[in-house]
Formats: sequence, structure tokens, C-alpha cells
Amino acid sequence: MQADPRGVLTGVHFIDGDHACCEGALAAGARFAAGYPITPSTEVVERFAARIPTVGGTFIQMEDELAASIAILGAVWGGAKAFTVTSGPGFSLMMEHIGFAAMTETPCVFVNVQRGGPSTGLPTLPAQADMMQARWGSHGDYEIIALSPNSPQECFDLTIKAFNLAEQYRTPVMFMMDECVGHMTEKVVIPRPEDIEIYPRRLTRKPPSEYKPYEPAEDLVPEMAHAGNGYRFHVTGLTHDERGYPAMNAATQDRLVRRLKEKIRAAEDRLTFVDEDGVEDAQVIVVSYGITSRVAERAIEMARQKGVKTGRCRLIGIWPFPEKRIRALAQRARAFVVPEINLGQIAREVERAAGGHARTISVTHAGGGVHRPEDIFEAIMEAAR
Amino acid sequence: MSALLEVTNPEVTNPVEPFLRMERIPHIWCPGCGIGTTVNCFTRALIESKVDLDRVAIVSGIGCSGRVAGYLRLDSFHTTHGRAIPFATGLKLANPSLNVVVYSGDGDLFAIGGNHLIHAARRNLDIKVICINNLIYAMTGGQTAPTTPGEAITTTAPYGCYEPAFNLCALADSAGASYVARWTTYHVRQLTKSMSEVMRKRGFCFIEIISPCPTLYQRRNKMGDGLDTMKYYKQKSKVRHGAPTSELAITKDGEIVVGKFVDRDRPDYLELMRSRLSEQLGDRYVETENLVCS
Repeated sequence: MQADPRGVLTGVHFIDGDHACCEGALAAGARFAAGYPITPSTEVVERFAARIPTVGGTFIQMEDELAASIAILGAVWGGAKAFTVTSGPGFSLMMEHIGFAAMTETPCVFVNVQRGGPSTGLPTLPAQADMMQARWGSHGDYEIIALSPNSPQECFDLTIKAFNLAEQYRTPVMFMMDECVGHMTEKVVIPRPEDIEIYPRRLTRKPPSEYKPYEPAEDLVPEMAHAGNGYRFHVTGLTHDERGYPAMNAATQDRLVRRLKEKIRAAEDRLTFVDEDGVEDAQVIVVSYGITSRVAERAIEMARQKGVKTGRCRLIGIWPFPEKRIRALAQRARAFVVPEINLGQIAREVERAAGGHARTISVTHAGGGVHRPEDIFEAIMEAAR
Repeated sequence: MSALLEVTNPEVTNPVEPFLRMERIPHIWCPGCGIGTTVNCFTRALIESKVDLDRVAIVSGIGCSGRVAGYLRLDSFHTTHGRAIPFATGLKLANPSLNVVVYSGDGDLFAIGGNHLIHAARRNLDIKVICINNLIYAMTGGQTAPTTPGEAITTTAPYGCYEPAFNLCALADSAGASYVARWTTYHVRQLTKSMSEVMRKRGFCFIEIISPCPTLYQRRNKMGDGLDTMKYYKQKSKVRHGAPTSELAITKDGEIVVGKFVDRDRPDYLELMRSRLSEQLGDRYVETENLVCS
């Protein structure tokens, strides 16, 4: 279906990534946001607070991130599309509700504008060090979807995608920005509402007497009901059966947890979002994401000038990790170079997916700035030797 | 249990049965526990208040009282520990026509979730909070709660509790609640009436129910069983409607003041939001009832 025109600010804008993310959420149909102030993400909800009364919806500033991250889940079950926005320390506090959202299959979006950590770290400076936390941060086994934009335009476009994927797979989606992308101002083109595709909520059409809240459809995703519509359904973070009722036994746990994982794992091909260039005959492929992919672009250029066939594989979707794609590339290239503003989180995933068919060189940065293109260039040259 | 069900006359049904998920009965609560009594009162309050049951949503946190949501045949949400109120906040704001009831325990609402309770009261969010106060953490085996009275024995205060306890009604009152009442599980009629009142009242409403945990609190403190506790509540309770909430502290074996202490009208969160935004934005303000997505 098409976007609700009330939320779409069609036109050409010169805005930063945080503001573009907010516009993406509005265009995607988000009509509820709950937040708690934290640098460098606050601009997203500041804009939402200013915009939403004229679009039709609600923003509430909650008392902490625990509250913000579950208020959005309440809003979703009440019928809204909803999201919250945070950074490092707040993201840590939200982990329990990411797990609750995964367990209860509540479609929602968590935006994390990453800053340097651990702990309070570098509030105003960039990092990409929450990538593993986005995947594994809540306890127990579950699968997650995470996207990483590298420009304000993508902050807009991919926020819409994040909402659409959340609805399609009934899962929390992590929108993993970084301080640079969040605060970078560039041209952002917002299309007409009729050109924006929206994935509708998978509401059941069954009558209440036939509806089972956690009965999976063919793609393993169950249909939803909203509170107040006569379904009288139950939602719990406890292990539950298809009726949504708690069932404390290993068999129900096995069925539920494997399905939660499988509904996303089985869709890996449809959830592989990469931006590639020159990988077909590349000796070395640079795998990067977010702001680092833009620094890497310069390094790739420098290496190509030196005659090294260098490819680019930019990860737009981080989770589920595009294992099959990396494995295929590993058959051709000699090595992967993986720069990221952390001490080697996604590099390890690349290495694992490569399965020994290609070398992986991690180019680390502890945070607080971006790589020098020369550092990535040197790694490419080393890999080519 | 099946033997017990067999002797039940199928012609005779309890009037609260339509409100319960009978397929989930028997429940998990211990003999003598007060939670079931409060659920009985609540279902009767639903009948008395004549609310549209399709528009009532119940939200619980974690703990014995947190299991209430799962037994009521309503839209029900069993959330995370301490976070029933912020979940209810999102639910209510997205769908203001819902009558949202938070049903949980003292540890859930006042220890881990205490911050949310005072902020929801401050905002005068239109939700009803029913707090079953059994003075202890029961689900986890009888640990000290912020409500445990001085000298009471718990598993984590084996020599007696020495921390001062919260006065829940005073806290709700001072944070701005529109309605504050306290009853014990002995006062089933008064409790039902209070519950019925709050279902029809706008704003943040708080009902504290002093309730026995014979398995962990009463037994460990040599206070007898469920029946003994009813006698104790009868003997120690004193109805004082309108009593200053500062005078409602609970002690280990002292008086239990019960009654309705606060019933006032303040604009609720949504009224405040709507009036401010329409005043500031005029025609540009798009007021919505339910935020229903497609």
C-alpha cells in the first residue's frame, strides 16, 4: 500500500541524518514515539515532537529508556506504528524490551545513533561499537533485523524499510546509525506519498472465536490483533503456545524459539541488502557499513589507482548477517578488508562466513572519529600482496 | 484436580466465569492467597460499572499478582518486571478509548517500577492501578519488599527487616493521583465498590489492597494461615475515609487504616496535551482519537 500523505514531507530538503530518520518514520506511518533525551540521537524525537501534532499522533518523553522502550510496545498493541530513539547507554537499558518485543512479536523500530562506549564513553563522538549488542544484547535466543544507513538520504529511505520489515516479520528492527551520519547534513529527497511503498500491519481477518494469536502463517509469522477489537487475546513474555498462553515446558519452548529464529533466518535471501561495486573480479573486497563505508570509498579509489582490483561490498542490512553473499564472494576474492569504528565486531562475522576461503583483515578504530582513508588503503595493499 | 471438577455440577456456574479464561484454571496461586479474592472483586466491579468489556485492557508486570492478566478474559498483557505502567502508557495514548487497568504487585509497582508509578501519577494519565500489597516478594520465595514492615522476617532479612517501608497511598497521593484508596482482602464489598468507581473515573487512580501471602509472609512471621489473616484484617482495620495519606503507614502488627483517601478532579494527560496543542497550533493541530495504523 501507499504512504499516508499526512506524514510525507515531499520535496528536496537539506537536513541531517537524525531529522531525515524522523521524516522516514513519519512517512512510514509512525504516529507514536516515546523517547528519553540522549546525545547524539535526541534530534530525531525533537523533530517528531514538533511535527507530530500537525500530522496526527503522539510523542511522549518518558522518565527513562526502560519506559520509552516499552511504551512503544504498548502503543503498537493499541494500534499504532511506533518507535524509540536512543544511543549507547540508553540502548543498554532497552535490551530487555527488545527481547520482549522479539518474544511477543511486536513490530517496532529501535533507532540507535551510535556514540563511543563502553559506559558513558564519548557522548558527542561517533562509534559503531553496538553492532553485536544489536544482535545479541537481550538474553535468550532470538534473531534480529538491523539496518545501517550511510547518508541522510538513507536515514530517510531505510527508516521506511525498517518499519516495513518490522511489520512483515513482526519483529523489532534495529536502525543502527552513527553520530556522523546522524549529524551530517546533506540533500534529502522525499518522494511523493504514492511512490512510497508501505507494508501494512498483518491484522487478522478471522473472527475472535477462530483466532489464535500465535498461530504462524506459512512464512512462520502469526497474524496480529489490536486491543479493543473484541479479540480478548493474551500477550506474555513467558514461553507461550499458539493461544498465547504460558506453557512452561521444553517442547513449547523449542517450538516457539526455533520459529522466532527461523522466520528471519529462512528469509536471509530477501533480507540481504548490500551495495556492491567491482566485486566480480576483485582481489580484495572492502566490507564496510555506515559512515565508515564513505571513508572506505576513498581508500578503494586509491587502491584502484595503484592497480589493485578492489571491490566494495557495503552492508546495508547487518542482521541477519548476509552469510551466503560473503561466502560466495570468498570464493573469488583473495581477502576481505573490514574497517569499522570498533575493535572488530563485523570483521569476525565476515571471517566466519568466509570459512577460510579468503583472508579477513580487520581495520579497527576505538571510536571518537573516523578512519583515515590511508589506514584502509594500507590494509588493502597488504591484502593484495 | 480432575476429581474435583467431576463433582462440580455443570448446571451451576459462578457468575464471574465469563470473565475468566476457564481453560487456564486451576490458577497458580496458593491456598489462602488473596489475589484470587481481588480478581473476584474486580470481575464484579466490571459487571457493576457496566463498562464495555471489549474496551477494557489489563496490563500486569511480573510476580504472583502479575499473573492476573493471564486469567482474565480481556485483552491482556503480561509485560516485563516493573514496566506495566509504561506499557499501559503507550497503550492508552495510542488508543485513548480503551479503559486501561494495571494490575500488579507491590514489588513490581513500587520497587523496580516505582519511577514509572510516580511519573504516571504526575501526568495524571488516565489509567487505573490496582496494587496487591502482600508485603513481600512472593513469586521468588519471600524476599524483602519496599513495603515489608519493620521487624518482619523475610528470606533476605532473616533477622527481621530494618529498612523503613514505603507508604504506598502517600506516595501515589503526593505524586498527584486523582483517586487513592486502600482496602484489605477482608473488605470485598468496599473493594468492589472502589474498583467499580475507578472504572468510571478519569485520571490516574490507585487502589492498594493489603493481601495475605500465607505461604511466605504469614507463615514465616507466625501469623497463621489465610483464615487467621482474615480475622487479623477484621480486627486491625479501621475505616477512615478521607484520612490524610501521611497517616497510613503499615506496621507489622498495628492498625491498618482503610478507606478512600483521595478523590479529586484534575485534567488528565490527554486533556492537557490536547488543550495546549490546540491553543498553540490552532487549525494546524490534528487531533486524533485512536492512532490506528493500516
